[in-house]
Amino acid sequence: MEDTHAIFPTVEVTRRTVIETGTTALLLSSLPRGALAGTDQVDPSPTSTALRVNGHLHNLALDPRTTLLDALREHLALTGSKKGCDHGQCGACTVLVEGRRINSCLTLAVMHDGQSITTVEGLAFGEGLHPMQAAFVEHDGFQCGYCTSGQICSAVGMLAESREGAPSYVTADLTQPATELSDDEIRERMSGNICRCAAYPNIVAAIKQAMGEQT
Amino acid sequence: MKAFSYGRVQSVTDAAIAASKPGVKIIAGGTNLLDLMKLQVETPSTLVDINRLPLDRIEETSKGGLRIGALVRNSDLAADVRVRQHYGVLSRALLAGASAQLRNKATTAGNLLQRARCYYFYDVTKPCNKRVPGSGCSALAGFNRIHAILGGSEACIATHPSDMAVAMRALDAEVETIDHEGRTRTIPIADFHRLPGLTPQIESALGSGEIVTAVTLPPPPPGVQVYRKVRDRASYAFALVSVAAIVDSMRGRIRSARLAFGGLAPKPWRVAAAEQSLASATAGANSFDAAADAALEGAHGAGSNDFKIPLTRRTVHAVLGEITRI
Repeated sequence: MEDTHAIFPTVEVTRRTVIETGTTALLLSSLPRGALAGTDQVDPSPTSTALRVNGHLHNLALDPRTTLLDALREHLALTGSKKGCDHGQCGACTVLVEGRRINSCLTLAVMHDGQSITTVEGLAFGEGLHPMQAAFVEHDGFQCGYCTSGQICSAVGMLAESREGAPSYVTADLTQPATELSDDEIRERMSGNICRCAAYPNIVAAIKQAMGEQT
Repeated sequence: MKAFSYGRVQSVTDAAIAASKPGVKIIAGGTNLLDLMKLQVETPSTLVDINRLPLDRIEETSKGGLRIGALVRNSDLAADVRVRQHYGVLSRALLAGASAQLRNKATTAGNLLQRARCYYFYDVTKPCNKRVPGSGCSALAGFNRIHAILGGSEACIATHPSDMAVAMRALDAEVETIDHEGRTRTIPIADFHRLPGLTPQIESALGSGEIVTAVTLPPPPPGVQVYRKVRDRASYAFALVSVAAIVDSMRGRIRSARLAFGGLAPKPWRVAAAEQSLASATAGANSFDAAADAALEGAHGAGSNDFKIPLTRRTVHAVLGEITRI
């Protein structure tokens, strides 16, 4: 028990409940036994996690190993986000967390307790497609479609970054805000999303169209 | 993934105390750690999440430099106006690394502490001294196209994969740490990463229970800053060779130069003799050759990576030529 206390002198159980040092009873109820012992006897008992996904709050009890992607797909049945490589190399799992695009396969759901997540299912307005979705349809920005939800979420996040003036590796002058996106800029900024059907030219065209509609 | 316990800590000191316990791993961005945990290269019994600690600020120092919190995301650091204005080599190096999604998660400290991308380190069915000390190095006589030509040993020839750290090496950054007893220290980045020797499993100067709190940059040095990365595809690939160059020159006359290399060694590589050979030199093939010779002193390939020696030479020429023609 003393070991436990040394590992987690104070632990935040949820985003709202902060346990003070010394309130051991609460600490024990919130932590798996293995954490307390600091030994091999690890018991990944379910961890309470609140996720606001596409505007809806979900309270989940998750094995800490659950990636954000698996929480979305397996626990919330939101299968729009795809598992491609499961190692952050393909981008098919891209979602927006607090508006920023990340690989949902390379992060744990418990790390995002209390945060807002937008998946491809949350982009549309009712039956009306998001401008990025409509542009992908119009420009045929896919063949098999497996990478598409990741491409679309990534593109939405990318345009938000661009509006904030974020530079990229191919931005010629880093001292100036990079808001004009050439084809090279779009390709560089979207390089974390692989399309093995190689629909890249159409993806770039779709993003350019959506970019024009959003400004 | 092996089962583990998960918790958060409320203070930096608590994080260091946690880090001093066996089986505990600190998680920040997690993009490298979770990847390795899925493959069971890393098997912590406890993950301590420090993402909500207040280490995410970039502040100006009293010395005219910048102090970058350990948890500043790579994308935020690259986009910071002060970094773009005064430390362009760092911004460019960060933007050369990984993908936008990964940079949105990856942190300053995590980038410094990321593990090697050697195929054999990742493959738990193969010997690897870094993963299992004493088991042997599969890369020495195996596929070693991406491996080190400088600084390696008979135990390990993995390279350090960071771009950010290469720029920080050229900028003479310092790494600030705190340990589980509250002691702080400052480690020059030149001393932060360790060469493998016979203990490739030890990759940094961090002691048990010691965690990174910030990286500080001194005031920007004079000169033009360039980061050039040569890789197998135009984006989202690790460096075969990269160069962070800061060169102060006028009309073909070089006053001072700094050159740090990525992709060549187990740590960002910088050779004082190479830089000295350029100081007061006239820009041109002869001085660039001399600098490349000095930088590559002691370089040797393991077979498939032999090409890195001429590639480094050509990259030095290209970068120095580009800067001194400005």
